[in-house]
Amino acid sequence: MTEQTASKSAAAIDRARDAGRSALVCYLPAGYPDVQATIDAGIAMAKNGADLIEIGIPYSDPVMDGPVIQAATTEAIANGFRVESVFDVVAGITAATDVAVLVMTYWNPVVRMGVDEFSRRLAEAGGAGLITPDLIPDEASEWFAASDKYGLDRVFLVAPSSTPERLAMTVKASRGFVYAVSIMGVTGTRQAVSSSAEKLVADTHAAGAERVCVGLGVSNASHVREIAAYADGVIVGTALVAAIRDGGVPAVADLTRDLSAGLVREEA
Amino acid sequence: MVDAPSENADNNAADAFLQGGSLKHAPGPYFGGYGGRWMPESLIAALDELEDTFEKAKADPEFLAQLSDLNKNYSGRPSLLTEAKRFSEHAGGARIFLKREDLNHTGSHKINNVLGQALLAKRMGKTRVIAETGAGQHGVASATAAALLGLECVVYMGAEDCRRQALNVARMQLLGATVVPVVNGSQTLKDAINDALRDWVSNVDNTHYLLGTAAGAHPFPAMVRFFHEVIGEEARAQILEQTGKLPDAVCACIGGGSNAIGIFHGFLDDPSVKIYGFEAGGDGVETGRHAATITLGKPGVLHGARSYLMQDDDGQTIESHSISAGLDYPGVGPEHAYLADIGRVSYEPITDSEAMDAFKLLCRTEGIIPAIESSHALAGAIKVGKRLTEGSADPSETVVIVNLSGRGDKDVETAAEWFDMLDEEGKVKGTNLSTRKPKGPADRAETEAVPATAATATNAADNNEDQN
Repeated sequence: MTEQTASKSAAAIDRARDAGRSALVCYLPAGYPDVQATIDAGIAMAKNGADLIEIGIPYSDPVMDGPVIQAATTEAIANGFRVESVFDVVAGITAATDVAVLVMTYWNPVVRMGVDEFSRRLAEAGGAGLITPDLIPDEASEWFAASDKYGLDRVFLVAPSSTPERLAMTVKASRGFVYAVSIMGVTGTRQAVSSSAEKLVADTHAAGAERVCVGLGVSNASHVREIAAYADGVIVGTALVAAIRDGGVPAVADLTRDLSAGLVREEA
Repeated sequence: MVDAPSENADNNAADAFLQGGSLKHAPGPYFGGYGGRWMPESLIAALDELEDTFEKAKADPEFLAQLSDLNKNYSGRPSLLTEAKRFSEHAGGARIFLKREDLNHTGSHKINNVLGQALLAKRMGKTRVIAETGAGQHGVASATAAALLGLECVVYMGAEDCRRQALNVARMQLLGATVVPVVNGSQTLKDAINDALRDWVSNVDNTHYLLGTAAGAHPFPAMVRFFHEVIGEEARAQILEQTGKLPDAVCACIGGGSNAIGIFHGFLDDPSVKIYGFEAGGDGVETGRHAATITLGKPGVLHGARSYLMQDDDGQTIESHSISAGLDYPGVGPEHAYLADIGRVSYEPITDSEAMDAFKLLCRTEGIIPAIESSHALAGAIKVGKRLTEGSADPSETVVIVNLSGRGDKDVETAAEWFDMLDEEGKVKGTNLSTRKPKGPADRAETEAVPATAATATNAADNNEDQN
């Protein structure tokens, strides 16, 4: 991984590591149900155990998302969400907490604003970087330049289907951490964590990654405990979206606290 | 891995063409600055496998012979090139020739691509194919190929499109396919593609995504074009045989652009041949209710490729509008974006109204009911014919080929509504004949007065023409 700039995500993960545990990465989409609620929920997550926060940009064609997140982001757009509001969310959370705040976005909204302009505004808002589910390093030359210029983390995804060559290439291209997709599929809660996740994390570490976080299908403290045993961070999305949908910010706070209980590595 | 596009790719390729270079057989992944792979990492291995399988198959005489045999003995290729003499009178007197993809098995050009991809699916050992469909033509073609080759088939179709094209849903089911109505987003073609991609990422081990148009991530645009190149190759040979010369112009309709790229390809390197793509102008491009992606869209990434895209200031995809479900798509294949930028192909919008006028004209002058998609190309050909023959002493020296990409059986209800042939209950005026619901045995008594009512229907249509 390239480390020529200080990575906020890496620092957050390392703080957790120093405390003897994995990092908890919590996702919510911006503007669901409104921008202020996302800021409040982000602060609540930070105060209840989240080490990194991932703010999604609602997008018209979210091909990597399952029904729960689709419904939430569709509603956010219907409620008038504008892409530039994501910078308000990031600024609102970083002003009140010291968590690393990343933005997760499909690539076209960034292209539309201009990769450089988007990156500049994200950095100004105190953002740590971007997670890019439909941007592979092969297509990312503009993003390499902008992320270097503004000191932002580039979190690319690796999947159980990634070849060794692509794992090595993606690890080299990433900064902050590498996002390991636990299963071949889209976001959504699942009964069990796929057994392919542990192998993928091991392979990604072997390919040179210092920090690998696991996401997709992680929805409760038991899942978190299982993944925390081998990964540097655990990413939870859909379960938190369902929580804010059903119980608002207090439910998000409660779930984050529950999830964080699974982080501590128990000595065997 | 794919190479990054060079900044000067557009200029270089345009210069090369102007200096006599070739635009044919562009391999991808990039067409100038368009194309590529804007896709989740989870699917990259499958795209690599597909690319590898396709490249090997393309060079394998056995595969090419298998495909050629299916094209000939199953689809009915070569399709005819029919001179439309009475229709030509309405196009400034230019000679209009129709490339009859409507005569292919399943009624459109779509069969060319699905047979090729279904054979590749078998080569990759996949047992299941998935597809998206708008009007149902690609879904029906996919279900057909799957039945022929013994593959499981699941077709994603917007719930709104399912309602508009209920008979095509039944056709797919008859062919053994499962049709999944898509209730996300706008419930149309783009959302069907989203759900197909979600299925693919979850089932990629045994499933091939049989994408229906020359768009999407590499290798789809170049591969889908390859399977449709036969249209242009045949048309070029047929027009030389029938007229002794190359045409002055070639016209096709553009949604994603597969039929168009197929026929265009045959003529890309013939500088004397003007090439026109006709986009769906819907209610008119000034109304915002259209699908004229190249005319009014801006470059962006959607469904795996960088291309022109109908999008708002935030990069959210805008819903497209067209009377033709097959053109109702807010994106366009990347090779078309490139051909537009370098000026090799001219892209123009045709409104619903212009397309439906051409639809009726072809019915009445040639006895051919065209798909509404193809009617956009016919309307464009009328304009092009008039333009090219202006001031000409002998307009019949001007020759225009139109790709008649599909037949209009599926569009009868839409056309009957458009031409005000139906009453409030959806019955053909003055009759008990409904276009809405297929008659079951229980309804048979109601339809026994067919001879009398059919005559009345004809009169209704004639009256309607007078009103227009």
